[in-house]
Amino acid sequence: MKFKTYKSGLLAAICTFTFSQGVSADTWSDQFPHIKGTGDIAGECSYEAMSKKDYSGEKLRILTHAVPVMGEPTALHADAFQKLTGAEVNVVHVPAGDLYSKSMIPFQTGQAPYDVVFGFSNWINDWKPYLEPVPQKYLDMAQMQDVTASHKAINTWEGDMFQFPIDGDRHYLKYRTDVIENPEYQAKYKADTGRTLKVPTTWKEYAEIATYFNGWDWDNDGELEYGSAEVMKKDDLMFAAFFSRSVGYSKNPRTPGGFYFDLETMEPLINNPGFVEALTDWVEATNYIPPGGTNFGLGDEINSFGGGQTLFSFSWDDAFVAAMEPDSAIRNMVKAAPLPGAEKVWNRMDGSWDMGHNHAPYIVWGWTAAVPKKAKNQEVAFDYLCFFANDANHVADLGVGRFGVNPYKKSDFDAEIYMANGWDPLVALSYASTLMEMEEYSTNRVFPLKVPGTNQFVSAVATGTAKALAGQLSPQEAMDEVAAEWKKIVERVGADNIRDAYAVGVALEDNIN
Amino acid sequence: MNFKHKFVFLMPGLLVLLGILIFPIIFTVRLSFSGWDSFNPGLDFIGIENYIRLFTDDKRFWESFLRLGFLSITTVFLQYIIGFGLALLVWKEIKFKRFFRVLFLIPMMTTPVIMTVIWRTFFHESLGPVNDFFSLFGMAPPWLSHEVLALVTVMIVEVWQWTPFMFLLMLAGLLSLPKEPFLAAAIDGASSIRKFIYVTFPLMAPISIGAIIIRLIEASKIMDTIFVLTSGGPGTSTETSSFYIFIKGLREFQIGYSATLSFTYLIIMIISLTFIAKFLTKIFMKGDAE
Repeated sequence: MKFKTYKSGLLAAICTFTFSQGVSADTWSDQFPHIKGTGDIAGECSYEAMSKKDYSGEKLRILTHAVPVMGEPTALHADAFQKLTGAEVNVVHVPAGDLYSKSMIPFQTGQAPYDVVFGFSNWINDWKPYLEPVPQKYLDMAQMQDVTASHKAINTWEGDMFQFPIDGDRHYLKYRTDVIENPEYQAKYKADTGRTLKVPTTWKEYAEIATYFNGWDWDNDGELEYGSAEVMKKDDLMFAAFFSRSVGYSKNPRTPGGFYFDLETMEPLINNPGFVEALTDWVEATNYIPPGGTNFGLGDEINSFGGGQTLFSFSWDDAFVAAMEPDSAIRNMVKAAPLPGAEKVWNRMDGSWDMGHNHAPYIVWGWTAAVPKKAKNQEVAFDYLCFFANDANHVADLGVGRFGVNPYKKSDFDAEIYMANGWDPLVALSYASTLMEMEEYSTNRVFPLKVPGTNQFVSAVATGTAKALAGQLSPQEAMDEVAAEWKKIVERVGADNIRDAYAVGVALEDNIN
Repeated sequence: MNFKHKFVFLMPGLLVLLGILIFPIIFTVRLSFSGWDSFNPGLDFIGIENYIRLFTDDKRFWESFLRLGFLSITTVFLQYIIGFGLALLVWKEIKFKRFFRVLFLIPMMTTPVIMTVIWRTFFHESLGPVNDFFSLFGMAPPWLSHEVLALVTVMIVEVWQWTPFMFLLMLAGLLSLPKEPFLAAAIDGASSIRKFIYVTFPLMAPISIGAIIIRLIEASKIMDTIFVLTSGGPGTSTETSSFYIFIKGLREFQIGYSATLSFTYLIIMIISLTFIAKFLTKIFMKGDAE
């Protein structure tokens, strides 16, 4: 298998690992302890390079998320940028729910209160009319060349990179090795169920194992543990968790031309049997989550899995990084694996299930940042973003779970980086190889919906799936309601407008370059 | 002083009023006839399309409105009963009276969002102290993940946060009551209950009506508690009008449609509160009429 081949190759690479870039424990790391692990790393936007710029008298205004996720690194690097260049940098922090409106209202009313705006990369379609494309000189830089093709694509629209890559995100499976790889539990599970205890490759296996390990103290810490922690709280990114559960059932490599819509007709596919099956699984999942798990937002999921409360979890990197923090009770007792798939996938062209294992990584959106067209200090703004993402800052940021900065550069998928932070080699390898497999090797990926009015579509998904989880509607009724809502949005925004934008995402999913 | 002179003196105040009160309302009305969203920015004119959508195709808004009505009326009623009770308690000469007066006000002085985060931690079903306590009796109520209990949890937080406001107004009212009616009742040998029914309660009627109306107006804007505690869930079981308008306006960026919702909400609230005020006056002033 390609995955196993890659693992072996990476192991060999680890054995011969040396830092290929210029690293120096230097005066910069004395002044800026955040980069003490690597020192300044040579590059066009390094500490050394920035110190040669003089932006005295220039003002930079930045809109970002609240501390700590993304807000803390924004402020930290803003402070360093200010000291190095002499620019006056003001950082405004707002909650995640306000970022979109705080950026869009000034955009649409022709105001320019910020020179840099942070947000989610799936807003690109709504944002791009108001953004300045990243200038060529930044695209040519070595640090940009290191960004994976997927994350360049996520931040690019029809050839122009409108958003500066600063983060990379995928949903993947996290599991406890002290259970899954425990011979005692493997024997017990086999004896009790007749099945083999292993990393689940389908959602059905996930459910079986999670159900078995739900509600008892399997790690002997005196507390009850549960099967799975998931983001199920309405409007708290839960729609992304639902898509993660749907891709295996609905992303059929044999039926190109749309995952969310049929690109030709713009008919929503959201209520096809694949999505309904995924929602049915998800409703069943309410039986193997911790008490109150249907009200878990992303923060709860991180605390629950990261705190050792559950066997499984899936979503962004944060829960995994939290579990691997130095003070974590389950440090080096977790591993990463690809999202489970399904034993069948819906074929919308034949109107039937294609039997056989299907797996599709979900390259979910992540944090991004951009410079508005009307920003007064575009050069300073782009330099700040380039500095934010320089190699020294990036490597240091990756090691701080609460920062929300996750791998998106090719060099990030090297287990050695994480081993340097005290990760067990096998844990680091599982993390790096899982991420790399999703980024570079899969040809059946799903990207986030990036069309005009994206938030309307995903909000409808959140409402519909939340109703099913709460038992207000059956999975079929819920998805039919979502599909009906999607049709109304398509009608309001215009099918052609949405089709034009959706075609860009479909081309990525169908590997049309 | 002729009319023109009066007008000149009134002008600054009128302009301020126009700027901060009238203009936003007029702008909202204009916005409500537009299709402004993330794709179509600007004040285009789409007629009454948004209103047709609201009245024919938005069951969720009306459900959230009914839920809001239930939530507001029940929480304000509870706040009135508890607040009035506490005010009566510290109105009398009791030990540590001043301490209790300050103590009862503390919830109101805290920041609602922060307190809701703390309440959410309390009611966390697997990690919170409330269920730690209930587990002693073999119980684990699903405070935030059951449709009915989630609504009850929201009500508990609301009542805790805003009862002090009611307490403060009722205490101020009690302290301003004339002493003579109470002296007369005492001379007549009226019991405490009779004094409350025939003297205190009727004398407190005007301030009770004012306090209830003020709290109803405030309670009908409930948003932060819902946002932090349940996000309107499970499903849509704790969604209120203001939270729904927030979702449509700032999450989905349907600015034009959310203006339609806001303006409709404003009209309904004005009408409802007018009727409620009349109803309360009728109930509380019953004795006066007789």
